Amino acid sequence: MKKLLPAALLLVALTAQADSYSLPKHAAFEEECSSCHMAYPPQMLHADSWRAMMGDLSHHFGSDASIDDKRRVAITNFLLANAGGRKTGDTRDAQGKPLLRITQTARFDKKHREVPAATWQRASIKSPANCGACHTRAAAGEYSERWVQIPK
Amino acid sequence: MRHLLIIAATLFAATASAETPRDFLTRFEKEAGTAASAQRGARFFTSKQGGEWSCSSCHTDKPTQAGRHAKTDKAITPLAPAANAERFTDAAKVDKWFRRNCNDTLNRVCRAQEKADVMAWLLSLR
Ligand code: HEC
Ligand code: HEC
Ligand code: HEC
Repeated sequence: MKKLLPAALLLVALTAQADSYSLPKHAAFEEECSSCHMAYPPQMLHADSWRAMMGDLSHHFGSDASIDDKRRVAITNFLLANAGGRKTGDTRDAQGKPLLRITQTARFDKKHREVPAATWQRASIKSPANCGACHTRAAAGEYSERWVQIPK
Repeated sequence: MRHLLIIAATLFAATASAETPRDFLTRFEKEAGTAASAQRGARFFTSKQGGEWSCSSCHTDKPTQAGRHAKTDKAITPLAPAANAERFTDAAKVDKWFRRNCNDTLNRVCRAQEKADVMAWLLSLR
């Protein structure tokens, strides 16, 4: 029994973690990467995707998100240190190039299979990249089913 | 010694970020070599210049109000200093956003005259 308890606690901790993408504090990442949208979890892409994205911030999904080199290097290192692992799955396109969008990864597809195509187009959602429209605690890295509410 | 260092550091930080919104108007007017026009600033801010967006697309045409990012829908606090004391208090931040947002709306950086006009207009809003 004594041995079971820690094991059970560990299990609870692990499952609670499963869809929480909480992060160590990083001032530059928070300031620079949550000004135009909420901060996306570094765990959702592998290192090669982050490296490619951080290499061309002047052309960032049609926006100029350029920053000074000192911050760029600091944020890149932070993203690489927290980049995805086994659970993240494949984040490359058919040609083997690293994807830049979380919303184009196989894991994102699989997790959102039940969301109808028309839902993504709603004015209250605008874009699949607008995680916070449905995941009410996305800004805090919380994506579990409990905190999902699809707006009309 | 430690305390002295901290005091010195705080003082330095305070002077380094001592800009006020008026300082930016002065700076841009000096760079442009002419006086700013709030009326011209309003027109510049609220009309498209060939691109998909104007400044108003994200900051609204009444920047004492909160805006929304035209693409991501994220809320943006008011840009006019009268409604938001944090605006135009840090030169690095102001320069960074003028660079980015002018590129996004005009496909080029803004001229000193355009920035001076925008400042004059934003400062006139109550
Ligand atoms: C100047 C505004 C701006 C800044 C600053 C910015 N982004 Fe973006 N980002 C965007 C826009 C616009 C999109 C596209 C959103 C859409 O398609 O709905 C985007 C999309 C993304 C996406 C893809 C979302 C998806 O579809 O899966 C990622 C990842 C991303 N940004 C990461 C970052 C990181 C990391 C930083 C900090 C270095 C950053 N962004 C800073 C504007 C910005
Ligand atoms: C249209 C609303 C909507 C948007 C926008 C959206 N999601 Fe989801 N998401 C859902 C729904 C619905 C589920 C399924 C919930 C469930 O039943 O587990 C889900 C599930 C997930 C899960 C799995 C949660 C779990 O418990 O297994 C993750 C992770 C996730 N979303 C991440 C994201 C990210 C990251 C973004 C933005 C890049 C995003 N979502 C945008 C609706 C949305
Ligand atoms: C696509 C959306 C978008 C457009 C278009 C846009 N901005 Fe911005 N702007 C932002 C965002 C996002 C921020 C940073 C978030 C914040 O500070 O609240 C910002 C911040 C700024 C700042 C920083 C001020 C400070 O001290 O905090 C200035 C100056 C600015 N914008 C001016 C402009 C001007 C001038 C234009 C038109 C040439 C313009 N913006 C067009 C989204 C936009």
